[in-house]
Amino acid sequence: MKKKMIFSDFFKNNGVVMGCLLIGLVSFWLIFLIILPQLSMLDYSFRFNLPPAEVGGPKDVYTLSNYEHLIYGSDTTHQTYNTVDLKVFVRTIIAAMLVTIFNIFLCYPLAYFLGQSKGSGFVRLLVVLLIIPYWINEILRAFALRIIFGDSGLLNEALMFLHLTSEPIDFIRQDIALYAGLGYAYILLMLFPMYNVIESLDRNQIEAARDMGASWMRIHRRIVIPHAKPGIVSGATMVFMLSAGALAAPQILGGPSSLWFTQLVYQWFNDSLNWQQGAAYAIVLLASTIIIVLTVMKIFKVNMGDIGK
Amino acid sequence: MSSGVAVDLENITIRFGDFTAVKDANVNINGGDFFSFLGPSGCGKTTILRAVSGFLEPSEGRVLIGGNDMAGIGPNKRPTALIFQNLALFPLMKVWENISFSMEVAGASAAERRKRADELLDMIALGGQGDKLPSELSGGQKQRVAIARALCANPDVLLLDEPLSALDLKLRQHMRTELREIQQRVGITFIYITHDQGEALTMSDNVAVMKAGVIDQIDTGHNIYDDPATPFVASFVGENNVFRGKVKSISGNEAVITTNRSGDLLSRITPAQVGKLAVGDDAMMFIRPEALELAPRDADSKTTISANVINEEFEGNSFSVFLQGDGGKQIKMSVPNLGQDRISVRGENLSLRYDASNAVTMPAGELASE
Ligand SMILES: Nc1ncnc2c1ncn2[C@@H]1O[C@H](COP(=O)(O)OP(=O)(O)O)[C@@H](O)[C@H]1O
Ligand SMILES: [Mg+2]
Repeated sequence: MKKKMIFSDFFKNNGVVMGCLLIGLVSFWLIFLIILPQLSMLDYSFRFNLPPAEVGGPKDVYTLSNYEHLIYGSDTTHQTYNTVDLKVFVRTIIAAMLVTIFNIFLCYPLAYFLGQSKGSGFVRLLVVLLIIPYWINEILRAFALRIIFGDSGLLNEALMFLHLTSEPIDFIRQDIALYAGLGYAYILLMLFPMYNVIESLDRNQIEAARDMGASWMRIHRRIVIPHAKPGIVSGATMVFMLSAGALAAPQILGGPSSLWFTQLVYQWFNDSLNWQQGAAYAIVLLASTIIIVLTVMKIFKVNMGDIGK
Repeated sequence: MSSGVAVDLENITIRFGDFTAVKDANVNINGGDFFSFLGPSGCGKTTILRAVSGFLEPSEGRVLIGGNDMAGIGPNKRPTALIFQNLALFPLMKVWENISFSMEVAGASAAERRKRADELLDMIALGGQGDKLPSELSGGQKQRVAIARALCANPDVLLLDEPLSALDLKLRQHMRTELREIQQRVGITFIYITHDQGEALTMSDNVAVMKAGVIDQIDTGHNIYDDPATPFVASFVGENNVFRGKVKSISGNEAVITTNRSGDLLSRITPAQVGKLAVGDDAMMFIRPEALELAPRDADSKTTISANVINEEFEGNSFSVFLQGDGGKQIKMSVPNLGQDRISVRGENLSLRYDASNAVTMPAGELASE
């Protein structure tokens, strides 16, 4: 009943021709650009990496060996675990979570300040200043950060000038540059959903709570954060997904010994030319991040619908 | 009944930059009173209330609550509770959590809070609805929850900012009675803001009428209606017919003014303006529609007005007759319905009379715009 209404309203608002066109375009986008490529990746991940001559031949059958390789490091024995790759996987997930949490704490006060100052000229200027650095492409930004964090970079020079340290700190090797780069790369995707929900909060609610003696802590805990929850979760989802799946920042800012899981995927595809193995790794990453996001949404009682707001 | 806590505003002026929102307001509100600020939208009512609740410090002057100067004391430290124009209930908290929020702040246990919330819910006739969300309540119910939430903190002074403006007419009239009853039951001082003169007159012990940041008159609703201090009050509170003229003679507290269309008219000088009117001054005389009646042949010409009928409307309990007045303004006469078929015919010239004691004269001034 309700679904029917959505459709009839949709056609009423857009007209039949335009409506069909819109539905057609969205379907094309969904089917040809998202579903089919992903399905073919899924298909790849269950196949052997065969020489071209044998593709489609009797040896081209479905297998779990690509997934077994991630877990056991070998598709023949299950005696040992693939600790190297699994460690990279776990580290990637945990680091992406930390980046997300760090972004939440950084963006919340900023979003609150921006959202509650009700679009004054100064605030609009601030927002523009936040957006402009994102016109610069990701690679350039990452290399710029690399320079800042380098041995003789701005940061080390400043620290040494202030005598806070006597020799340069190796930010790159200690992955500090990597985390900073990841945090910086997607921070706006956290800030804007938060800013939007906080801006929609009625200021009188804050004043009413203040009138009843509530401390700032309580006002945030009981009123602002519950109101902002969908925005926080929506921002966190995006930052987590994109950080876990980032490639440029880890390539450029990661230390020589530390790998990001996407780099493994990239190596399988690009260096080893084993797309089947790469697809399996990528699918594991995708499935794990989706499960984590859905679990977090469940814990914080947020619906899919709230996120779209 | 408890004697309540008095609120005094001493020479309050409030500026926003160059703009003066409230000019030199002096108000003494007795403890336990139902006191209203009445004025058109934008005249500074909310601003005054925010100064009393502590969200705003006056640029000049003092706010005293129970005789204590409130300068530098924040809203959470004042013995006031504010009900916002849009109620500002917390939409994500259940009704009982909303009501007992001030106790939560004070660290009361959930059981205590629930108990008190249920008592207050019973008082506002919403028993058993504590587990709903505010969005599941009707407008009038939300209204009552906002009142209960404010009362839960046991404030000495309850501040209400046009709390009924979002309700429909019928509910609004019902809530007037209810608010007045609640106030008498709890016995604390209510400061009520409204642009609706009906609300102010029916509920209040005393009313302050405001115009563009200035308080024109403070008195009981009855006195404001009968003895308006300024042309603004006369035209803003209730319906009034205005006659402009020059003062011809003054004797005691009565004056005769000469008008263009209706000749010389006799009336009382409104008490607030006695002694402030001199012969030759521009004056305005006001007569309420219900103070006009059809004149007998021998009526005194100083209290009769003759005018042509424009039209007549039947209102149920009365007839409204509209006649041609001065300067394009219509004169309205209200005649009780005692079974007559009609009062007048269109175009007919009527003679109307009034008692001089029912008409008030004052120096000419600004009228409330319709
Ligand atoms: N924070 C503010 N800054 C500037 N002007 C304000 C502010 N608050 C109110 N005003 C102005 O003061 C006047 C009175 O406002 P208000 O007290 O809200 O009127 P009302 O009688 O309708 O409640 C209005 O002209 C309003 O624009
Ligand atoms: Mg107001």
